[in-house]
Amino acid sequence: MAKVKGSIVVNIEKCKGCEVCMVSCPTGTIAMAREVNSKGYNYAWPANPDLCIGCANCAIVCPDGVITVYKTKI
Amino acid sequence: MAEITGIKEIIRPENLVYKRTKVMTDSILSYCPGCGHGTAHRILAEIIDEEGLQSETIGVSPVGCAVLMYNFLDIDCQEAAHGRAPAVATGIKRLLPDKFVFTYQGDGDLAAIGTAETIHTCNRGENILMIFINNGIYGMTGGQMAPTTIPGMRSSTSPYGRDVKIMGNPLKMTDIVATLPGTYYVTRQSVHTPANVRKTKKAMRKAVQYQKLNRGTCFIEIVSNCPSGWKMTPVESNKWMEENMFPYYPLGDLKIPAEESV
Repeated sequence: MAKVKGSIVVNIEKCKGCEVCMVSCPTGTIAMAREVNSKGYNYAWPANPDLCIGCANCAIVCPDGVITVYKTKI
Repeated sequence: MAEITGIKEIIRPENLVYKRTKVMTDSILSYCPGCGHGTAHRILAEIIDEEGLQSETIGVSPVGCAVLMYNFLDIDCQEAAHGRAPAVATGIKRLLPDKFVFTYQGDGDLAAIGTAETIHTCNRGENILMIFINNGIYGMTGGQMAPTTIPGMRSSTSPYGRDVKIMGNPLKMTDIVATLPGTYYVTRQSVHTPANVRKTKKAMRKAVQYQKLNRGTCFIEIVSNCPSGWKMTPVESNKWMEENMFPYYPLGDLKIPAEESV
């Protein structure tokens, strides 16, 4: 069976660390980084990139539109 | 641009699923972290992009948190005096009937100071789209009680919760305009989960289609959160909104066109 793999790109400087994407992610791919960006927010990052299925839920709820989503079948 | 990526091999143009729309400018949104305004802006921009209306759209920005909307959307915008966005939009639409005209207002703007303009614009059936962001509070000025604050809700001017005996009852603006003959499509949505964002986007697309057909006022209320004003984290505020705001402001269509309800 073909497996769907996804990948996200997060624009660190625009992320405000609201955690809405983390809650919306069905696979637990996203976590908040321990590091902060130049504004002092803990930005979102793909902590478990292998789990990503490219559903784009994180990008759809992101208030600041910082997430770009890619998806492919392997 | 500082970025962090997942698996690098998948990131190719042909695998792209979702990207920030070009109708939004590169400026950083002035909203607080987790605010529903950003999501509402983005889906509106996506609709404008997908319908190919970027050069045909005129937005009217309100006074309130969204006052700088013209900085974030790459379209023509007009700033209106507090509460008067529907009146300004009326003038624009009557002079330029081929343009897509929308107003974007908060609850302090649309339901408090602009009540008269809102009701009369809807009653006249002006052919515009009104987007109403309802977070039950005056967000920009420091979280004061608004007409839409639900009973018992704390704000900086109702620190013991809204007492309806003293402070009056909340105003359900969307229910009021749904009873007016001029409105064509009235709905209440939210943008706090992916499913709700998709529903709101669908509602906005419908409203754009109806405006093309000159059907009358379309009114979309978006029940939103205000993490800073409510003194909660974004995730907590979304949960609080689900538990407390939605029973008072139930989501769904309040008025749908007669031909669709059959």
